[in-house]
Amino acid sequence: MTFEELLPILGQATAETAQMVFWSTLLTALLGLPIGVLLVTTDRGGLAPLPKVKAVLGAVVNVGRSLPFIVLMVAILPFTRLLTGTTIGTVAAIVPLTLGAVPFYARLVETALRGVGREVVEAAQAMGARRVTVVTKVLLPETLPELVAGLTVTVVALISYSAMAGAIGGGGLGDLAIRYGYQRFDTGVMVVTVVLLILLVQLIQILGDAIARRLAHR
Amino acid sequence: MIHVSALRKVYGTGVVALDGVDLDVREGEIFGVLGQSGAGKSTLLRCVNLLERPTSGTVTVGGQDLTVLGDAELRAARQRIGMIHQHFALLASRTVAANVAFPLEVAKTPRAERRTRVAELLDLVGLSDKAGAYPAQLSGGQKQRVGIARALAARPKVLLSDEATSALDPGTTQSILALLRRLNTELGLTILLITHEMQVIKSVCDSAATMRDGKVLESGLVHDLIARPGALLTREIFPLPEPAPPGSVTLTFAAGQAGEPVLSGLVRKFDVDVDILGGSLEELRGVSVGRLRVGLHGGETAAALAYLRGRGVLVEGP
Ligand SMILES: Nc1ncnc2c1ncn2[C@@H]1O[C@H](COP(=O)(O)OP(=O)(O)OP(=O)(O)O)[C@@H](O)[C@H]1O
Ligand SMILES: [Mg+2]
Repeated sequence: MTFEELLPILGQATAETAQMVFWSTLLTALLGLPIGVLLVTTDRGGLAPLPKVKAVLGAVVNVGRSLPFIVLMVAILPFTRLLTGTTIGTVAAIVPLTLGAVPFYARLVETALRGVGREVVEAAQAMGARRVTVVTKVLLPETLPELVAGLTVTVVALISYSAMAGAIGGGGLGDLAIRYGYQRFDTGVMVVTVVLLILLVQLIQILGDAIARRLAHR
Repeated sequence: MIHVSALRKVYGTGVVALDGVDLDVREGEIFGVLGQSGAGKSTLLRCVNLLERPTSGTVTVGGQDLTVLGDAELRAARQRIGMIHQHFALLASRTVAANVAFPLEVAKTPRAERRTRVAELLDLVGLSDKAGAYPAQLSGGQKQRVGIARALAARPKVLLSDEATSALDPGTTQSILALLRRLNTELGLTILLITHEMQVIKSVCDSAATMRDGKVLESGLVHDLIARPGALLTREIFPLPEPAPPGSVTLTFAAGQAGEPVLSGLVRKFDVDVDILGGSLEELRGVSVGRLRVGLHGGETAAALAYLRGRGVLVEGP
């Protein structure tokens, strides 16, 4: 395949990957953050101890974390159809991507929030702060750099997942690499997609690190 | 101002951290609680603002029984009780000014008012030039000053301090203690502090209590305690080898007789030989107090001791 032929295909694949990663990242942040907060606050000795809620939530998160992405993706196909009306294509891929990444990010959020000292949380409570205030004005702002770093790791994982989603019809760079590079033995396309994926990951990591550094005041 | 009665705290682990504690902190005084590690000091302090809910007993601050309050009332009551911490407990993500503003945000103080109040507070603790700095850029002493400014933001009448100087070097400790003393006199602030450092009790406390195994063993005005036979506080402030050697006498010069020529009078009047076995002299809130262990031989020993008692010296011994 010539470069002129490859360019539009490559462009479209990149756009599809970007679309999948963007939306699933957004949804992962929106869902993973509150779940991570709940994992910490419902703990024994947490802000709102609810051991039963914590046990159930922890178990669900662990199930999500223990399934290999490719298995999860196939296992939830009915659910994906229910939500999007289809199981093929970029939009359909966003469902398993999000479900795969939410437990991952929730654990990262949990770990970050646990790093906030007990003394600091108590200081806020001693000032008469509500529990919601402790979450919004202490836990989250204090861990913002870690939350951003965690999200960066999650985006990178999502790029990798999205390549797998491509294998079952999600489109994107992974799909391209498999269709041309693997099935048609077009090494050139394979190399170009690999390079593109590497560049994408590098870019995300550098960007994420820079933001996290800017936010840290240590 | 703070009244604690029959306070018990049993942790879930079965540890009895407080075993029937009574404590009375009067308005405008600095009250120090002394005790070894694990004595229950932190638990006691955390029960005063109900960070820890006591198993039984009552906690009254400014006439209000905190143990019966609902959530919202308790939060309001807490805004009237400041607290400072051993490791400062500042928010790393906020500037000094924003840290001090935190309790005002909690109290929903309007922004403009917050700004003037923060400036006032930073001036009070001598950190006006650090308003825009982050905690990581401050020394330990400066961080504790921010902690103090923050604790005072909502104009509390009471300040609780959990080992606020334990992470600081001796010089910085003195400057923080001096600041606390100044706030105590200028603002009429009542301070309840816990510490394991004698230095803190010696230099700022009007009253003190000694805790062991979840119980208060003695409490009262420091100068009254010193004048009391067998007081634990006296032994802590003036460590002498225990038990005292047989025949020796321990003299405590509590009421400012330290520095008076009591001993030379003793030798002259009663013809006794005095050997000094040990002793020390301390400034307690600006008053010299001394403790001396001596052996008395020959002459009219009994009359000599009576003479000392007559001069207001606390005599412990044979
Ligand atoms: N959250 C807790 N759960 C269970 N036991 C606790 C808890 N906090 C304290 N304890 C126990 O209660 C006892 C009193 O502890 P506390 O922290 O009040 O002592 P302290 O006098 O402040 O000691 P230190 O000088 O070391 O700070 C100790 O035996 C401690 O192990
Ligand atoms: Mg303690």
